[in-house]
Amino acid sequence: MQFYGTEISSRLLLGTAQYPSPKVLTDAIRACGTEIVTVSLRRESAGGSGDGFWQGLRDTGCHILPNTAGCHTAQEAVTTAQMARDVFGTNWIKLEVIGHSDTLQPDVFALVEAARVLAQDGFQVFPYTTDDLVVGEKLLDAGCELLMPWGAPIGSGQGLRNPDALRAMRAHFPDTPLIIDAGIGRPSDACLAMELGMDAVLLNTAVAKAGDPVGMAVAMTGAIKAGRAGFAADPMDSRDMAVPSTPILGMAELA
Amino acid sequence: MLITVNSKSVEVNASGLAEALQELGYTSPAIATALNGQFVSRDARAAITLTHGDALEVLAPMQGG
Repeated sequence: MQFYGTEISSRLLLGTAQYPSPKVLTDAIRACGTEIVTVSLRRESAGGSGDGFWQGLRDTGCHILPNTAGCHTAQEAVTTAQMARDVFGTNWIKLEVIGHSDTLQPDVFALVEAARVLAQDGFQVFPYTTDDLVVGEKLLDAGCELLMPWGAPIGSGQGLRNPDALRAMRAHFPDTPLIIDAGIGRPSDACLAMELGMDAVLLNTAVAKAGDPVGMAVAMTGAIKAGRAGFAADPMDSRDMAVPSTPILGMAELA
Repeated sequence: MLITVNSKSVEVNASGLAEALQELGYTSPAIATALNGQFVSRDARAAITLTHGDALEVLAPMQGG
């Protein structure tokens, strides 16, 4: 699997926020085998305090995917992306342009606008979007090479609110990497996403807020692998009625 | 000269952005800057002259989802 020409073997992308401690974070990263971790930029106090976190994360050897979390306009997101590239030294950017502070729903109009500006500036954009097909097309037209549809609102842990829409998205964009971003709560959610044919899952809160984040990170990896294997194995079609799996032919007449 | 850094008013003696960052204690290489809402790359800081009332943003790596 490739994202913008970079070969990736783990289909789990992991967020780095809300862990009980930096050690639990790095333990979770190493235990689950993720190769991509998301980070953000926030105001620095004089004297600097963010270096320790950044150093610890770099030591994991993961690819860094900076985000534009919290940005509400295209201009804010573009400027934040430029600042992120300056610090992290990567053209990758997880582009978030938030429409509502309460729902954290993406403003897809500003998202497309920002994606176009950033792609023209050499960024490789990972857009946090909805499952809307037309928006997906416009993001690809703007220069994105992959899409990151939501499963449910950020941090909600509700799982996949609309599996049918994601199935349609898979069918509509057969050759575009699709990464579920946001809403995953349990391993079964991640497994279902992969069974639907998604290429990867990005999650944070489900691991960070688990009672045992390291254990949950490992569980997510297992679920993602199982779901992917299931998708590849071409699941049977569901049926409305029961169909016996044991042959009727040859049954004894005992009644 | 009075400028704002991350929304706080601060007095700086240096007139250049790069020097002002040093003066204010922003010595980490892992910082990004924007002046009056415009991104300023690390390479461009040396050529930027501050003026009274400028609004400087200094950001650093942080946990994120």
